Amino acid sequence: MFKKILIANRGEIAVRVVRACHEMRIAAVAVYSDVDRASLHVRKADEAYPIGSAPAAESYLNISKILDVAARSGAEAIHPGYGFLSENAKFATACADAGVKFIGPTAAAMEAMGSKTRARQAVEHFNVPVVPGTSSGLASLEQAEQVAAQIGYPVMLKAAAGGGGKGMRLVEGPAELKSALESARSEAERAFGDGEVYIEKAILNPRHIEIQIIADEHGNTIYLGERECSLQRRHQKVVEEAPSPIVDAEMRRRMGEVAVRVAQAAGYTNAGTVEFLVDENKNFYFLEMNTRLQVEHPVTELVTGLDLVHLQIHIANGEPLPFRQEDIQVRGHAIECRIYAEDPDNNYFPSPGKITLLLLPSGPGIRRDSGMYEGWTVPMEYDPLLAKLIGYGTDRDQTIGRLTRALNEYFVGGIKTNISLFRRILSNPDFRAAKIDTGFLDRLLKQKQRSSDSQADPQATEVAVIAAGMFSVLGSAAASAGERVLNGSPAQPVAVSKWKSAAQREALR
Amino acid sequence: MTYYVAIDGKSYRLDLNQIDGAWSCRVDGSEVKVDAVLARPNVLSLRLGDKAFEVKCERVGSDIHIWVGSQRFAAEIRDPRSLRGRIRAADDEGPRKLTAPMPGKVVRLLLSQGSSVDAGAGVLVVEAMKMQNEVKSPKKGTVQKILVAEGAAVNAGDVLAIVE
Repeated sequence: MFKKILIANRGEIAVRVVRACHEMRIAAVAVYSDVDRASLHVRKADEAYPIGSAPAAESYLNISKILDVAARSGAEAIHPGYGFLSENAKFATACADAGVKFIGPTAAAMEAMGSKTRARQAVEHFNVPVVPGTSSGLASLEQAEQVAAQIGYPVMLKAAAGGGGKGMRLVEGPAELKSALESARSEAERAFGDGEVYIEKAILNPRHIEIQIIADEHGNTIYLGERECSLQRRHQKVVEEAPSPIVDAEMRRRMGEVAVRVAQAAGYTNAGTVEFLVDENKNFYFLEMNTRLQVEHPVTELVTGLDLVHLQIHIANGEPLPFRQEDIQVRGHAIECRIYAEDPDNNYFPSPGKITLLLLPSGPGIRRDSGMYEGWTVPMEYDPLLAKLIGYGTDRDQTIGRLTRALNEYFVGGIKTNISLFRRILSNPDFRAAKIDTGFLDRLLKQKQRSSDSQADPQATEVAVIAAGMFSVLGSAAASAGERVLNGSPAQPVAVSKWKSAAQREALR
Repeated sequence: MTYYVAIDGKSYRLDLNQIDGAWSCRVDGSEVKVDAVLARPNVLSLRLGDKAFEVKCERVGSDIHIWVGSQRFAAEIRDPRSLRGRIRAADDEGPRKLTAPMPGKVVRLLLSQGSSVDAGAGVLVVEAMKMQNEVKSPKKGTVQKILVAEGAAVNAGDVLAIVE
């Protein structure tokens, strides 16, 4: 087994991987940019190396600096996390050339699945259902018109290199096609440096369901059930759950087998995710493959009882999978909320800054994967994901109850977060009835929030008035006092005596 | 001690006095039975009668937010000693400050000093976490002063420009 692993990432995922390393008695090496010296992943690691200034291109995306740290620290493997270099085939190749194991698929597999059109071509002969459309970039407007007429409107134009909704256009009829094609192309060119756009039949308000697969380097590929990721805003996932409320054992098997074929078509190894669109008749279509560990991997871990990061490391170490397909069982239910530093009152605009107060939820069925701590200043240079709050339970109802309870315990002061959004989602009747699709969140956000939505306590205003006065009385003392009784039994002389009296009480029992 | 507490814009008179280690509390003149424990800085466990509340205090710049459970209230506290000078003009007269809505970087100035501006028009652009946010003029008038340059790093609440 590796003795030392370098984690080429930051934030909650870097902390997640450091923890896995320590659980496996592997030393963890962190890298950090100038603005991340105080970040949690640096605190938790065994070694930490500065790799440059704040812009990702000069630090977390800088291949030679990261490989230099790997050489200096003696790390034998690199875990890329998600984002940054995780799906960069050049990085995987550079690692191999430097004699460092990249914990993920091979560069060839990444390239095969790297663009949506190439992925469609790769799976062509593997009996994988895809949305009707072209499997290569559109050569001309005439071709686009022809294909659109053939598959029928509405159609979707998509950037081959796309992601996050960029370079994507819904076209309702032939009149809109020309301008949509031009704008999709220029947006794709700007966002990805690649203007290739292809066409697909539009599936309106689909569900987004993905299958987690895991493959060792000995030819074994296994699916680990699905995740429902239909709750998205601007094509970014916000809430994910496993299992999907609409997928039964039979559908899971069919989707899983397709996902395994996709992975095998690419010669895939390590952890990966095969994404599908699902229409209202539960027909599913291959969308793309994500060649990395996903943000939402914890929901799969909770319902399968597996640790995906441990598995990734074992596989990278050349070990065969320790189980077979028939050993995998989905048990219970898990839901993840992505806690972002965003201002719900300002159209969910990022809200970096100093965290002045942090109260954490715990208790039954709660897992928190976090990269923040009280007193830390959230840097403005990176993705605003702060933490993931994951609830799990016997079934979906219990999980929603636990998660709602935990969201009420969770408090992040000093910056704005989207915690209130999850309270809205989790209390929504359609969400509770699992009537969700990719348009759900946009529809919810368009509705004016009724003031009765937040469990308004009639006494709350009076409480706020009194508390405001008391905080004012305490003044600066409030910033330093540990515990201070303001009323009730008179405060005991502080320090030692409390321990003593507690010990005496214990002894008397 | 008497405080005037404005919660979400509505003003209340609060009398808080400590007598023999216990609090006497009146809200707008009526007696309220209160028992409070400071659980940790900025977190109070409050009992009103027998009902229990967890209350959090959040200070962002000069703003104070009081959270009762998951409900947020904007609070303004005035005690008699600091009453002077605390009353702000809420109307459109006089110069108005444009402040940074969050920490970030000034990426673009849309108007220059001296140019006229409509209410709601963008004056400059601040970027944070790869998102750009236009800082808009609260009133029609003239850009009297721009206090930051393109590329400058700013903190939440920093004054960026003044519209007269």
